[in-house]
Amino acid sequence: MTAPMPVRPPEPPEKPPSAALGKAPVRARPSRLLAPLRETGKLFALAVAVARAIFRRPFQVREFIEQFWFVASVTILPAALVSIPFGAVIALQVGSLTQQLGAQSFTGGASVLAVIQQASPLIVALLISGAAGSAICADLGSRKIREELDAMEVMGVSPIQRLVVPRVLATMLVAVLLNGLISVVGTLGGYFFNVIMQDGTPGAYLASFSALAQLPDLYISEFKALIFGFIAGIVAAYRGLNPRGGPKGVGDAVNQSVVITFMLLFFVNMVLTAIYLQIVPAKGS
Amino acid sequence: MGIEVVVEGLTKSFGKQNIWQDVSLTLPAGEVSVMLGPSGTGKTVFLKSIIGLLKPEQGRVLINGVDMVNSPERDIMETRKLFGLMFQDGALFGSMSLFDNIAFPLREHTRKKESEIRRIVMERIDIVGLLGAEGKLPGEISGGMRKRAGLARALVLDPQIILCDEPDSGLDPVRTAYLSQLLIDLNAQIDATMLIVTHNLDIAATVPDNMGMLFCRNLVTFGPREVLLTSDTPVVSQFLAGRREGPIGMSEEKDAATLAAEQLADTVPLPAGPRTVVPQLEPSPGMPVRQGALRRRERVMSMMGQLPEAARRAILDSYAPAAGGARA
Repeated sequence: MTAPMPVRPPEPPEKPPSAALGKAPVRARPSRLLAPLRETGKLFALAVAVARAIFRRPFQVREFIEQFWFVASVTILPAALVSIPFGAVIALQVGSLTQQLGAQSFTGGASVLAVIQQASPLIVALLISGAAGSAICADLGSRKIREELDAMEVMGVSPIQRLVVPRVLATMLVAVLLNGLISVVGTLGGYFFNVIMQDGTPGAYLASFSALAQLPDLYISEFKALIFGFIAGIVAAYRGLNPRGGPKGVGDAVNQSVVITFMLLFFVNMVLTAIYLQIVPAKGS
Repeated sequence: MGIEVVVEGLTKSFGKQNIWQDVSLTLPAGEVSVMLGPSGTGKTVFLKSIIGLLKPEQGRVLINGVDMVNSPERDIMETRKLFGLMFQDGALFGSMSLFDNIAFPLREHTRKKESEIRRIVMERIDIVGLLGAEGKLPGEISGGMRKRAGLARALVLDPQIILCDEPDSGLDPVRTAYLSQLLIDLNAQIDATMLIVTHNLDIAATVPDNMGMLFCRNLVTFGPREVLLTSDTPVVSQFLAGRREGPIGMSEEKDAATLAAEQLADTVPLPAGPRTVVPQLEPSPGMPVRQGALRRRERVMSMMGQLPEAARRAILDSYAPAAGGARA
């Protein structure tokens, strides 16, 4: 009376083992040791893709301006507030040191060099990666897990060109401008503390500027800021585009993006400084 | 007229887990196809592979001569403009209003004036019944509305190929029926090739020209709808009847022991005799004749010899003047 029982469907043909034999060398299991290298490679690939997409039409003017405004608005105030005490600390420290050495007349030049060449790009790095990079990473990451980026790609719009390029350019431009702001505010702060607190002479402070500092110091400072902006934007975008599963993954990605950017920027800063000191002769010598 | 999609020997794995292997099928130009399958058989993965979002390890997907798996990214991007994909949950941009969401492809890919864009977008919003909601953000509307907005966005560029990922999930039966009719009407109007991925039996029975089914890492079958609807392959008949008895278990496949126990236990027999095939939906009155249906008729008639007996009878019934009198 009962209908014939459905039969289990035939097992899928056991292809993989035989196929795997021929292809084993090609698809060997990636070693865990190489994972950091692979990530680095992907990061570089993204950097290259972004660099190429910068020149591709149409340029996303609107998105760029929005992002520029956003990045600028979250970084300007903290940058100014951080740079005053930073300039002051350097001025006080250098001032007390030169006092002991009896080279008080060079306080101005020394503290300005320290602010412009080191402090200013590093403050830019902190703010760009901490404030702007984390926001960019979280934004892209949440779009990724909501499939918005997939949807964009399906519509034939490249998320790199549409979203990443304007963000990276915005962080670069803001970094350069912010660096100028911090240099000025930091130098003024240093001047104020040196002249008012340590009874330095304004004339000697200003005169030592031109005795020790030169224009290439400013160039390298701005160049550093430009590179830092690029790196911060790329790392934030990379971590944002590749979150590992779910909202928690986005949180982790933001965290990692900030940490990775910090490490990268401090390292790059060291390299750039070393190269600069080698190729540009110091003015005093 | 739509574009043919040829899938050859597609195999996709995530790590060690094989999703499906060696899937080959052809979506005939301008026809509506449905891909069935129990939850978790990689239907969505299949859709995403067709459009090139996921890269299968083997095989190719040919559209207009472009292989969506291996061709250069530039060609793939270009070919994607032919597609409209309706995501499972709409995948709308959370920061934009519905209007801006639907206008997005137009603003990106065309140089139309804003008034022109407004006209097209409002027309699409009207089609999917969202008039009045165009100013809302995706977070402020229900899941069903998001889905319909996603469909409107997929339609706005007049795509040649429309892919729908579970158009019915989150919709009530009435809206699902409307949506089915909408899809058929769309097909009549723009003659696009359509692939609908679903496990909704009503859509499966009434909408498509062709049906396929994924199960157990394989494409069980793909062909004219009558073949699947009359098939007595255990997986297919179990799925179409929505029964517990059969090879599909709660986890994708049952183990042999459960199946054997089931053999012994008393089970309700399947209704005897060949299943009846529900007539396919026709375009609403006033719509043009579906060119795809005409082409399909010729195609199916020419392959009659290779079809199983039951399917052949069902096809002849549906094309007999008495049964399908309204058909042009």
